[in-house]
Amino acid sequence: MADLTTEFLGIKSPNPFWLASAPPTDKEYNVRRAFEAGWGGVVWKTLGAEGPPVVNVNGPRYGAIWGADRRLLGLNNIELITDRPLEVNLEEMTRVKKDYPDRALIASIMVPCEEEAWKKILPRVAETNADGIELNFGCPHGMAERGMGSAVGQVPEYIQMVTEWCKQYYDRPVIVKLTPNITDIRYPARAAHAGNADAVSLINTINSITSVNLDQMAPEPMIGGKGTHGGYCGPAVKPIAMNMVAEIARDPQTAQLPISAIGGVTTWRDAAEFIALGAGNVQVCTAAMTYGFGVVKEMITGLSEWMDEKGYASIQDFKGMAASNVTDWQYLDLNYVTKAKINQADCIKCGRCYAACEDTSHQAIAMSEDRVFSVKDEECVACNLCVNVCPVEGCITMEEVPTGQVDARTGEVVSGEYGNWTTHPNNPMAAE
Amino acid sequence: MAHSHQASGIQAGRLTADDIATNFEDLHHPFDAHEAAVAADRCYFCFDAPCMQACPTSIDIPQFIREIQGGQPTAAAKTILEQNILGGMCARVCPTETLCEEVCVRETAEGKPVEIGRLQRFATDTLMEKGVHPFTRDATTGKKVAVVGAGPAGLSAAHRLAMKGHDVVVFEHKSKAGGLNEFGIAAYKSTNEFAAREVAWLMQIGGITIEYDKGFGKGLTLDGLKADYDAVFLSIGLAGVNTLRAAGEDKDGVRDAVDFIEDVRQADELSALPVGRNVVVIGGGMTAVDAAVQSKLLGAENVTIAYRRGRDAMGASRFEQDLAASKGVKLMFNVMPREILGNGASAEIELEYTQVVDGRVTGTGETTRLAADQVFKAIGQTLEGAPQGLALVGGKIQVSDTGRTSVDGVWAGGDCASGGEDLTVTAVAEGRDAAMDIHASLMG
Repeated sequence: MADLTTEFLGIKSPNPFWLASAPPTDKEYNVRRAFEAGWGGVVWKTLGAEGPPVVNVNGPRYGAIWGADRRLLGLNNIELITDRPLEVNLEEMTRVKKDYPDRALIASIMVPCEEEAWKKILPRVAETNADGIELNFGCPHGMAERGMGSAVGQVPEYIQMVTEWCKQYYDRPVIVKLTPNITDIRYPARAAHAGNADAVSLINTINSITSVNLDQMAPEPMIGGKGTHGGYCGPAVKPIAMNMVAEIARDPQTAQLPISAIGGVTTWRDAAEFIALGAGNVQVCTAAMTYGFGVVKEMITGLSEWMDEKGYASIQDFKGMAASNVTDWQYLDLNYVTKAKINQADCIKCGRCYAACEDTSHQAIAMSEDRVFSVKDEECVACNLCVNVCPVEGCITMEEVPTGQVDARTGEVVSGEYGNWTTHPNNPMAAE
Repeated sequence: MAHSHQASGIQAGRLTADDIATNFEDLHHPFDAHEAAVAADRCYFCFDAPCMQACPTSIDIPQFIREIQGGQPTAAAKTILEQNILGGMCARVCPTETLCEEVCVRETAEGKPVEIGRLQRFATDTLMEKGVHPFTRDATTGKKVAVVGAGPAGLSAAHRLAMKGHDVVVFEHKSKAGGLNEFGIAAYKSTNEFAAREVAWLMQIGGITIEYDKGFGKGLTLDGLKADYDAVFLSIGLAGVNTLRAAGEDKDGVRDAVDFIEDVRQADELSALPVGRNVVVIGGGMTAVDAAVQSKLLGAENVTIAYRRGRDAMGASRFEQDLAASKGVKLMFNVMPREILGNGASAEIELEYTQVVDGRVTGTGETTRLAADQVFKAIGQTLEGAPQGLALVGGKIQVSDTGRTSVDGVWAGGDCASGGEDLTVTAVAEGRDAAMDIHASLMG
């Protein structure tokens, strides 16, 4: 059976599934339940500076979007960092770490962008024997208005500066949690790297409004007739998170920087995909908030099962294997030609491929009077839309046109030779 | 009084009133909003959707389901009702398993179609519960149209004509409107007086008057109507019932299934309605199933449907056959009645086995007998009481695609007219299409 233990920054955990710093990790009670359920690690809900804790709204703090059967697809929140006293959190963390020495316990921290503030809190955190810290430069709501969270994460210089302070005043691993509310994720990742961060974790939540109440004409979640943007997470954000993880993993400057991936991990497969893109482990929140801590069991058994099938003995065996296949558009092989093929035996004759292609694409699907749908190779540009809208998985496939055959659309013989935009004759900037 | 399946003869109160009430509850429980959302989500929004092609009234089914998905069942209802003003009843009684749902691509894919009928009911019920009538009348044209028969075809025609601004008088020979919707379908398909409520809702369009207890032979003549009205639409249904041509047909306990079904529908107290201990229904259509199932639900001990051909030839759909079987009705195929035996009242029926040779049913000579204190005849209805002078075809009033009869200024639709299946939904389509043709001809 596959070995799921991970050693991320030297921190051992029995599996790569950590709970992200979020409401599920705000208290000793929750975290003990999480560890009993089998979670490999926990990033404790973000601690703030000593003194009167922050307060939360007393109206709804979450908004959501759903599928037809109320399957939760995306969640947003306007909850702030922990609203419990620092001392209470630190005492609880100390007790929990003592009782669960084999699990990872990370302290998430967000204090003002002043050296003194960090210098003051870091020794207190170190006393808990937590395995490391995560710098919350990500939360896009509330705290950002006070110059913390994503307000820091959006300024690479600040990231580097604070990371350097933490490396100076704390001797265990420092993870920098990045905000996705930025145009190019590589810049904050490089800044964290320049500040000597041990790792980055991403993504934090995405600024969002989940819905508008059309009776009260206000965004949800609505607090007394008003609403504010909140941080979006859950299955809906996974594609965004995966791209950002891949961008960091394939950036020469940060390629060696360990990544803890966050964003919509719901099943083992999501975790496997993030790890294949280069993540050392994953952090989960929305799936646990939707279904409870028990979801980790399927993540563990599923990942293990898949690794056994593939012959991967450990997480390291497939970590980053997909990262090298993420490239720039300009390097994609323009001589690779495919055509859609409709398997008539599987076709249920709904005609969605036809409507999609005829109305919105390349008029490459023919429909007969008795509802037989077939691809016109001479029109098909292989866009894949028909595959994506077909309700029957596997009914429409993309078939590669073999070398030597003629592409019916262009009339050209498929050469089989790699050729990309950088050398294409239509490219005015093409290399000679 | 003791309640008993076994009490001999035709008796009321075989079951407690509570049991009977439970038995006659809605056949399909209506969707709530969440169930409807989940069911609607299964629709693929097919291009040139097969379901829409299969609907006799051509309801834009993908469109109305999408409107349910969008959280607007009343908009969905309007889409339905624009094509089929009795969409509420059709949602309950249409044999969807042989129409829209049979051709649903999800039926092809997984043997489980989108539940179009129940979704239609969700939409139309939602609108009707609001008491809203979504259509308004055009300016009055001053034209008067007579409609004879307030069944589905007549009501459909009347509504469309009224909407187009004509003044409509509907003549109904019974004292209640609705036709077979009111009198001729199983009670569990139209609970809580739905047929009557639907008629009242339909009448909100305005411009329609119903005159009860009037019809041909009841004060009306076609010549009189032609003289008094600008156009006439006939939707008089099929008032006659075929005979068994079996000995002993005149014995007590032998009656028309349609009369029994009407009694069930009109009963104030079902536990007071008598039914036999051993019931045999002769026939193979929806009427046979409705009579058989309701006999069982009233507490008959043994109920048998005896049909002279094989299962596949049965007019009742497989769903209806299975429904009957699930209620404990026995289905016998390839048998025909020879004789009803008994001293004054039916006690037994002799059936002869049949075979089909060159498409014709013939007896094999082998017979069997069943106890039968009640025998229902459900072997088809015939045109009866139609005015003279109309050309007939196949025993029905001959009509064109738009319902024109051989007599100028007279249209016909529904079961009394040629063409189409004898279904509520077909009648609605014919009434609607004839109304549009009448309108075109009046406004020429």
